[in-house]
Amino acid sequence: MTTDTTTKSPRPAAVPPAGTAPAGKRAARGHERLLTRRDRITLALMAGVPTLLHVALVWVTAIASVLLAFTSWDGIGFGSIRWVGLDNFTQLFKDNPQFWPAVQHNLIWFGALILVPTPFGLFLALQLDKRIRFSRLYQTAFFLPVVISMACIGFVWQLVYNPDTGLINSVIGANRPGHYIDWIGDPALNLWAVLIAASWRHTGYMMILYLAGLKSVDPSLREASALDGATEWQSFRHVVFPTLRPTNTVVLVVTIIEALRAFDLVFVFNKGAQGTELLSILVTNNIIGESSRIGYGSAIAVVLLVISLAVIIPYLIATFRKERRA
Amino acid sequence: MSGTPHPLKRRAPVRPARILLHVFLAATALAWLAPLLWAVFSALRPYGETSAKGYVSWPDTLNLDNFENAFRQSDMTHYFGNTLIIAVPAVLLTLFLSSMVAFYVSRFDFRLNLALLLVFTAGNLLPQQVVITPLYRLYLLTDLPGVTASGKLYDSALGLVLIHVAFQSGFCAFVLSNYMRSLPHELTEAALVDGASVWRLYWQITLPLCKPAMAALATLLSIWIYNDFFWALVLISTGENMPITSALNNLSGQYFTDPNLVAAGSLLTAIPTLIVYFVLQRQFVSGLTLGSGKG
Repeated sequence: MTTDTTTKSPRPAAVPPAGTAPAGKRAARGHERLLTRRDRITLALMAGVPTLLHVALVWVTAIASVLLAFTSWDGIGFGSIRWVGLDNFTQLFKDNPQFWPAVQHNLIWFGALILVPTPFGLFLALQLDKRIRFSRLYQTAFFLPVVISMACIGFVWQLVYNPDTGLINSVIGANRPGHYIDWIGDPALNLWAVLIAASWRHTGYMMILYLAGLKSVDPSLREASALDGATEWQSFRHVVFPTLRPTNTVVLVVTIIEALRAFDLVFVFNKGAQGTELLSILVTNNIIGESSRIGYGSAIAVVLLVISLAVIIPYLIATFRKERRA
Repeated sequence: MSGTPHPLKRRAPVRPARILLHVFLAATALAWLAPLLWAVFSALRPYGETSAKGYVSWPDTLNLDNFENAFRQSDMTHYFGNTLIIAVPAVLLTLFLSSMVAFYVSRFDFRLNLALLLVFTAGNLLPQQVVITPLYRLYLLTDLPGVTASGKLYDSALGLVLIHVAFQSGFCAFVLSNYMRSLPHELTEAALVDGASVWRLYWQITLPLCKPAMAALATLLSIWIYNDFFWALVLISTGENMPITSALNNLSGQYFTDPNLVAAGSLLTAIPTLIVYFVLQRQFVSGLTLGSGKG
């Protein structure tokens, strides 16, 4: 990820002390000199209090997840914490019948989102960017699902999928005994049913991101390519798409994170029963279920954490490095 | 394709193509709204009629009875109240704290700033389930007798406010620090030379200039926090204390006994977000694309 540091400039990627833009640095130094003692205390509090809260509730707990994953604990007294090494992980990987399906479903979730709603969102954005009439109206329709809570979306789509009373079965005549199609209960179908609802929401989200990205494409570039006789596809392929690179990165990261976070929709649908297991569901069921095992639940969380950080850290390093150059 | 290259195609679009595009977009938009319209349609019809005639049938009666019943039977006002108690302080506190961090990071280039911003932004991108197991234990172990009704952080509005603030401030700090960095440095420099305190610099000079960004973030945060389902599901044990979005799950089993009531009940929970969205659409969208690194 960071191989180009040597060729670019002497400034390392994410190490703070190496300077930002020199002008800003000088100004900031000027700021620093003028500070009184009271100012310094104010500043320390201004940065410290929010940081403390954030670190305590997000990072300390994330690290606690990692540590607890190697222990067994009943949650009552700290004295009962026992170090068990990799036991939780071996159990998780070998004995839990839900774990590998969950991993697979998370992967399918990402694959489905990146292959269908993401390109479709881009396609809609391209059409709506053509200075077309009613563009705002169309945008509102596509974007509406993004505003509504996932829980509410879950209930709305249940009305579509319900075997007896749902829209689909009523229309195709599958709501009679013997002909039922159980979109929510059937493990062969339910993941795809949920994914349609998830894609329904994701498309609007991607459309908005791409619309914003398209605004930064220089219109004269497109005009020039049109004058050169490029077809719409050619000008998209060779002119527009390459300039959307920053947006594509954001879209990729958002989609991965979204696939890892997927929870509400599935929980509302069928609580992650057979066919729709997800890592997030396994963690949660371990807490609110009957037999809560802290170390074991943490081990699942660690799997999530590792995958997330593998995506988040390179992305953020790239983002921040770009920002410092700007 | 390349038979007749048409140089003026983009400026004077061929009419039939435009019409085709409109037909396509209108049809797709309608298809996009279909699930919601279906819910509205079901909610407007009495249960008796739909069970007799089937859900796909011509309506004889359309009225708001289901909405009224869903609202009253489940005592929805109470749950909306719960949401208000959580969302209002959470939004204000998030903006307050993250703007302070952003101010520090963007105006005072001390050694920590980039690391600080990295920590905040990365934390915001983590899936919630990564932290929930220890957080749940932490909330259970934190005794606050007399402060919260439950005597703990667990099962309290305070606990939810804190985790919302902690999580969301990452995103806001990132967006606001970018925004503040675009403000001229001379502004605060001059004030500092004149002997203004750091606090005045923040509160009276920087913050008023950040109004557009703050408005966008406030809109975004309100909707996100209103829509939160997970935190309250795990960190609140008493059904009575749940905010509306998470309460929906319990209510649908208890009070919303038929699909028509479920439709009405869930649509009711969407109304506040829809109002905020329609009134503040521009703020919402600009907030979302301002720092689109958010999942």
